[in-house]
Amino acid sequence: MTSTIEAPEANPIGFGRMKRKEDPRFVRGQGNYVDDLQLPGMLYGAVLRSTLPHARIVSIDTSAAEAHPKVKAVITGKTLETLNLAWIPSLSHDVLAVLATDKVRFQGQEVAFVVAEDRYSARDALELIEVEYEPLDPVIDAKQAILPGATVIRDDIAGKTDNHIFDWEAGDKAATDAVFAAAEVVVTQDMLYPRVHPAPMETCGAVADMNKVTGKLTIWCTTQAPHAHRTLYALVAGLPEHQIRVVSPDIGGGFGNKVGIYPGYVCSVVGSILTGKPVKWMEDRSENLMSTSFARDYHMHGEIAATREGKITGLRVRVLADHGAFNNTAQPTKFPAGFFHIFTGSYDLQAAHCAVTGVYTNKAPGGVAYACSFRVTEAVYLVERMVDCLAGELGMDPAELRMKNLLRKEQFPYTCKTGWVYDSGDYPRALELAMEIAGYDELRREQAEKRKRGELMGIGISFFTETVGAGPKKHMDILGLGMADGAEVRVHPTGKAVVRLSVQTQGQGHETTFAQIVAEQLGIPPLDIDVVHGDTDNTPFGLGTYGSRSTPVSGAAVAVAAQRVRDKARIVASAMLEVSPDDLEWEKGRFFVKGDPSASKTIQEIALGAHGTVELPEGVEGHLDADCVYDPPNLTFPFGAYICVVDVDRGTGVVKVRRFIAVDDCGPRINPMIVDGQIHGGLADGVGMALMEVIAFDKEGNCLGGSFMDYLLPTSLECPSWELGMTVTPSPHHPIGVKGIGESATVGSPPAVVNAVLDAIGVRHADMPLTPAQVWRAMQGTPLRTDLAIE
Amino acid sequence: MDNALALLERHGSESRIIAGGHSLLPMMKLRLARPEVLIDINDLGDLSYVRRDGDELCLGAMARHRDLLNSHEAGTLFPILHDAERVIADPIVRNRGTVGGSICQADPSEDLSAVFAALRATAVIGSSKGTRKVAMDDFHIGPYSTAVGPAEMLLEVRIPVQHGSGSAYEKVERRAGDWAIAAAGAALRVEGGSVSYAGIGLAAVGAEHFRCARAEASLLGQRASEESFSEAARLVSESVNPVADQRGPEDYKRHLAGELTLRALRRAAARAEGQGG
Ligand SMILES: Cc1cc2nc3c(=O)[nH]c(=O)nc-3n(C[C@H](O)[C@H](O)[C@H](O)COP(=O)(O)OP(=O)(O)OC[C@H]3O[C@@H](n4cnc5c(N)ncnc54)[C@H](O)[C@@H]3O)c2cc1C
Repeated sequence: MTSTIEAPEANPIGFGRMKRKEDPRFVRGQGNYVDDLQLPGMLYGAVLRSTLPHARIVSIDTSAAEAHPKVKAVITGKTLETLNLAWIPSLSHDVLAVLATDKVRFQGQEVAFVVAEDRYSARDALELIEVEYEPLDPVIDAKQAILPGATVIRDDIAGKTDNHIFDWEAGDKAATDAVFAAAEVVVTQDMLYPRVHPAPMETCGAVADMNKVTGKLTIWCTTQAPHAHRTLYALVAGLPEHQIRVVSPDIGGGFGNKVGIYPGYVCSVVGSILTGKPVKWMEDRSENLMSTSFARDYHMHGEIAATREGKITGLRVRVLADHGAFNNTAQPTKFPAGFFHIFTGSYDLQAAHCAVTGVYTNKAPGGVAYACSFRVTEAVYLVERMVDCLAGELGMDPAELRMKNLLRKEQFPYTCKTGWVYDSGDYPRALELAMEIAGYDELRREQAEKRKRGELMGIGISFFTETVGAGPKKHMDILGLGMADGAEVRVHPTGKAVVRLSVQTQGQGHETTFAQIVAEQLGIPPLDIDVVHGDTDNTPFGLGTYGSRSTPVSGAAVAVAAQRVRDKARIVASAMLEVSPDDLEWEKGRFFVKGDPSASKTIQEIALGAHGTVELPEGVEGHLDADCVYDPPNLTFPFGAYICVVDVDRGTGVVKVRRFIAVDDCGPRINPMIVDGQIHGGLADGVGMALMEVIAFDKEGNCLGGSFMDYLLPTSLECPSWELGMTVTPSPHHPIGVKGIGESATVGSPPAVVNAVLDAIGVRHADMPLTPAQVWRAMQGTPLRTDLAIE
Repeated sequence: MDNALALLERHGSESRIIAGGHSLLPMMKLRLARPEVLIDINDLGDLSYVRRDGDELCLGAMARHRDLLNSHEAGTLFPILHDAERVIADPIVRNRGTVGGSICQADPSEDLSAVFAALRATAVIGSSKGTRKVAMDDFHIGPYSTAVGPAEMLLEVRIPVQHGSGSAYEKVERRAGDWAIAAAGAALRVEGGSVSYAGIGLAAVGAEHFRCARAEASLLGQRASEESFSEAARLVSESVNPVADQRGPEDYKRHLAGELTLRALRRAAARAEGQGG
């Protein structure tokens, strides 16, 4: 069941391996990104950013910049105040400064925006702006920030006397405390999931074009959620929604980084309104790393309770969540800690409880980003590390301990102790398969032999349960917008088709996958199906692509719309064949008369008939199209078993990931090649986070991850050849059973790598990233605090 | 060449030579360097050689990292060169970055500076007034600062060939293509069972002149053995002055400098033996 590189089928009509339809334009350099856009008379914007993490703004003098011969406008918070746009609502019941008016609250915060004739002049003019700051104490360490008496960061909020944002809990506290009180074994461990950054290859940017004559505003933007952006612009700026068009062209990676609205977008719009010209703004790499949505930054205190035989009974966790200067995490409104309460993972427990406290610090805002399924990443890391800590305490093999506690097939649908209803799964089978591919027992034997020779080899396991496809409207919304998505399928007279999506691809392969979903339902070849997305003028409303929701939510909408088209096709075919619709049978691509397969109409013939002169039954309109708004009844729960094998150099602390086995279950695979690609990318992400990625801050509040020389992303040389396996358990509540795969590997892989390294060096815990220095320090018993500067 | 030197003379410190541009252009993008004039020496093809001249291996200032890596002669005479070049940056940088740019940038983490220090290379510096030779020890004046004056240019690096010697380079980086957390190079000549030449070059650990004279001295006249190597490694750990940064804390870098010295010495000795030395 290990997948090697299989050749794609030439052209599957439906599901199957096929090359991505969008790739020819990308591999030939013909992609069309925001920064490729050139409009007549276009001007260029640049953002002046705060050099200090925390300071009061005494004055801003823009006169020299305004005098620059090529500068067309200089915008400050004062300008925006007159438009009521200096602050905008954040995605999490907070406000967010567009351009700072009173104080700057993180290094890299937006202070002014220059619009000039060219990019270089805009940058030059930034240096002509004089800002006088009165420095304030930077509040960097989340653990200090929450203490009484800490310098208050958000004094813009009336009556605010501390840096506390929210308290939130899930599970049954009393029941959990009782389980712990009675437990034979309790293991406690503090751990940090450090601040990391999505670091998409394409940074964020926009071109805003306000047409003064028509009053129509067009924004080409690096957004994962064009419709949500349009509605927010309408709500916040008071612009009429039908006069706003948001276009998300080709997007060079998102990973959650491109969900929210950034000050640069708003400033581009204001710049265009002020100058009457299109304004392009594109941030550079450092701006992206220092100021846009980070991910994680969870300080977690975990406790696990079990019997001496290794039956896990309870899990308890306290989290201090560092949200930066503004609470701008993107997640369903009712869930300030995202879906962290899936931290009970894949195990059958008696009770569980978590309490999360959010805190402001002088760091960039964000929080939920980077392929994390709304904090499932943190949850899986917590539980999978705790299980390994428990295995160590009990002297049990971590695979055996997991096997003993995994949910059984018969328990599904399973309501976990914090309320999630897991849809389907066969967990032990997935772990068995991963162990089989790995040759687990043989690896343990090799490890024992190596240990005798003083060589360090480690084997790490992680079993994850994802929760994706947000989500049911009755529970889930973002700023009041329900998380349902629309889709439209239209078959043209000649039998070719177009499908319009509300979600936006950033590299996931939507143009292929969604064509295949329609193909599977209608028997029209994927190459004959155009996928339109990313333009609010041309697509139905929906909340966009993140949290692995495209296929679970929009994929369902498309499948249902296509099924509706098929239902209509049946009626048209029955009219063409002059039989009752009930007498027709469907075989992919055609309807035939039961008992007489030669009497049939292909979907292409039916399409022509539907647009032609065939007389249709009373009440049946012509043409062949349908739409659907899909409101998911529940989330979907992809899962997987991962095993990582590492070798550690005792003298240097260098970790080499030797093997990585990933068994994933995301339900049926629409395009297995794309699924493999999503897993490959996520595994590389996981290796990166486990071993090298981190945004730390020094005492002065300087961001220490502001370039790719400082913020390290893994390369092919750090990645082994991935060994993939799969099981297929369809989701019973989903129209085509699919569960989503976009983030599984990112969510599941970091704990496998970390568990492997710690297994190798025989240390219970050390925080990510496990750089050579951290591994060596862990071996000395003095691991580093990775969120702060190394001293 | 004369033109380049004349331009340097004319524009002096307002100007900067641009070779591969892999250090200078990033600094200009960050606006850390703001030269008024760039003197592009990429067309000085006669400076891109890697060739032997009598008892010395000569590397033209414009020899690219790639040229060094592709030179069989350089790799055979000084395996340390190939060891180091394989772990300097990535192929894209190595295709453009030059020997001259590397050591003139004088980044404290520059690998070639450590290599040349271990090999006791000499820099040849030219100006419109003629050329002069500077030993590696005198070439680097401090971080990002060299003996090359404003109207001067580095022309070549000359490395003395020693028969029966062996050399090796060891580097630990956080990720392929990153600068060293610490790196150590060793060059050894063993005659009649005892060490007659020892060079220990160190990058990224604040070693004076990219070397450790104490450890080198400790090896001279000793047997090339695990014992003498461990002692040299210990001295390296003791003498270096690493600074904590996101690559690692001071204690780790100190440890690493010693560990890598030990490994480089072992491999250099094995190679020297292979040379029949
Ligand atoms: C991503 C990346 C990773 C890297 N990793 C490493 C690494 O791991 N190890 C390592 O050692 N290096 C590394 N480097 C640096 C690399 O080796 C550079 O190419 C080198 O430092 C500069 O060479 P250059 O020819 O590009 O110099 P340039 O950028 O052209 O010039 C650098 C400086 O030297 C001056 N200069 C150049 N030639 C002369 C000359 N002939 N005479 C006088 N002055 C001159 C220039 O004026 C300038 O001040 C890395 C670089 C990058 C971009």
